[in-house]
Amino acid sequence: MLDLNGLTKTYKTGDRAVNDVSLSVPKGQIVGLIGPSGAGKSSLIRCINRLVEPTAGRITLAGTELTGLGPRALRRQRRRIGMIFQEYALVERLTVMENVLSGRLGYVSFWQSFTRRFPPADIARAYALLDRVGLLDHADKRADALSGGQRQRVGIARALAQDPELLLVDEPTASLDPKTSRQIMRLLTEICAERDLPAIVNIHDVALARQFLPRIVGLRAGQVVFDGTPADLTDIALTRIYGDEDWDAMRRAEAEDEAETREALAARDAMVLA
Amino acid sequence: MTAAYPTRWRRPPQIIRNRRLARALQLGFALWFIAALATLDLDWARVAEGWSRALRFVEGFLQPDFTSRWRDISRGLVESLTMTLTSTVVGVAISIPIGIGAARNLAPRWIYAICRSIIAVSRAVQEIIIAIFFVAMFGFGPFAGFLTLSFATIGFIAKLLADDIEDLDEAQVEAVRATGAGWMQVINYAVQPQVMPRLIGLSVYRLDINFRESAVIGIVGAGGIGATLNTSIDRYEYDSAGAILLIIIAIVMVAEYGSSYLRKFLQ
Repeated sequence: MLDLNGLTKTYKTGDRAVNDVSLSVPKGQIVGLIGPSGAGKSSLIRCINRLVEPTAGRITLAGTELTGLGPRALRRQRRRIGMIFQEYALVERLTVMENVLSGRLGYVSFWQSFTRRFPPADIARAYALLDRVGLLDHADKRADALSGGQRQRVGIARALAQDPELLLVDEPTASLDPKTSRQIMRLLTEICAERDLPAIVNIHDVALARQFLPRIVGLRAGQVVFDGTPADLTDIALTRIYGDEDWDAMRRAEAEDEAETREALAARDAMVLA
Repeated sequence: MTAAYPTRWRRPPQIIRNRRLARALQLGFALWFIAALATLDLDWARVAEGWSRALRFVEGFLQPDFTSRWRDISRGLVESLTMTLTSTVVGVAISIPIGIGAARNLAPRWIYAICRSIIAVSRAVQEIIIAIFFVAMFGFGPFAGFLTLSFATIGFIAKLLADDIEDLDEAQVEAVRATGAGWMQVINYAVQPQVMPRLIGLSVYRLDINFRESAVIGIVGAGGIGATLNTSIDRYEYDSAGAILLIIIAIVMVAEYGSSYLRKFLQ
């Protein structure tokens, strides 16, 4: 479905953020991209829809080569690639509905989008997506009136409004609490499964990646140093990605965190029952 | 244990590291200031003589005469207010494309250079000078004033709008661009919502500046209340001049209060 071939990005400052990455993502697969800050995760996914212009290498999405397209053709291809952002990146002063409909911008004329007269099918789809992410009642609110978790749901609905063939997800849980993070990750994986959508998810939180993502790619200094299942992600593999650290202690902390969440949920349920 | 650490601390000099150099510069500046004051050529006899005239001016203020020149005053006011509103609307309308063009994060380099130079020219030339130029070109009257204020508005609004656009949240722009939106759609969906409150606030503020400026440029012949004011001062009718100034102050205060209220409401 998506093929990266020798992808390289060198910034003007001389930093090689992405270094000869070759990667293949089949239809319906969600890939977690982990690695230390500055490893090039963000640059890598931005190269795919060319928000960042790759220096070398090839990107093909379902047979169409994305590198080397002119501006108009690039916009047509961007429609096929939905993107979900860290800190949501909603247009704060627009309504939730406008944010979701902005996913259709690549399909409508400037005049249609300027007058906010989207085709009826687009509007129906936007409502359906808001219903899917559980925000049907919030359509007319301004985006900045929502909580973090709700905003990220709008971000997901916006990406899906594009009717994408690929999702790029950049740190979707970076500013969310552990519980909301898990809800968002669950929603993402469910949606990808429903639509057989491939996705690349940049993620900081190794525990979260392990819990939700069937395939994990580790990036270090712009290069792929790990590609496997969560079970393959041993201490040795983690050290290869992040450098030396007490991984055992991290895992114990994770377990405690999980237990705490479970306890808290149990306590809440008990209260509801009582 | 604690005795081992110093008990005195002085703030290290921040701008000029060398204390002696800093002292020398301070002294030099003080000497320059005194020398500059000394070169001011004051004719004390003329000052004494001027007191009586100034006093008559102040007396006029204290007994403002609104009635005897009311027709001239009201005509001047209407002219000024018309000039203010039309020039602000036209100026802002022209400023928007120039402001967008002058934002480094949206415009290609050559467009950026052109728009920034338009802004620089508009800001560099003082209103009075532009007014004199337009009066020479189109004759006395409010049309020259309208052109002057429109021109001045462009430099003001376009610069501040461009600066605001350069400061906007790139993530929102990137997100809209990632949907496959075209350039105009990115402006409409990601840029406009972010800068609109400030643009409206600035436009209202400029309306209030343009009214004040209309009083000044009238003195060089560009019509409006300034022309009325100039005439009454020329005729030594300080009581009418006082009335005009009071009206200007009242309108500026109303505009000031109204614009600050509106800007607060827009946040």
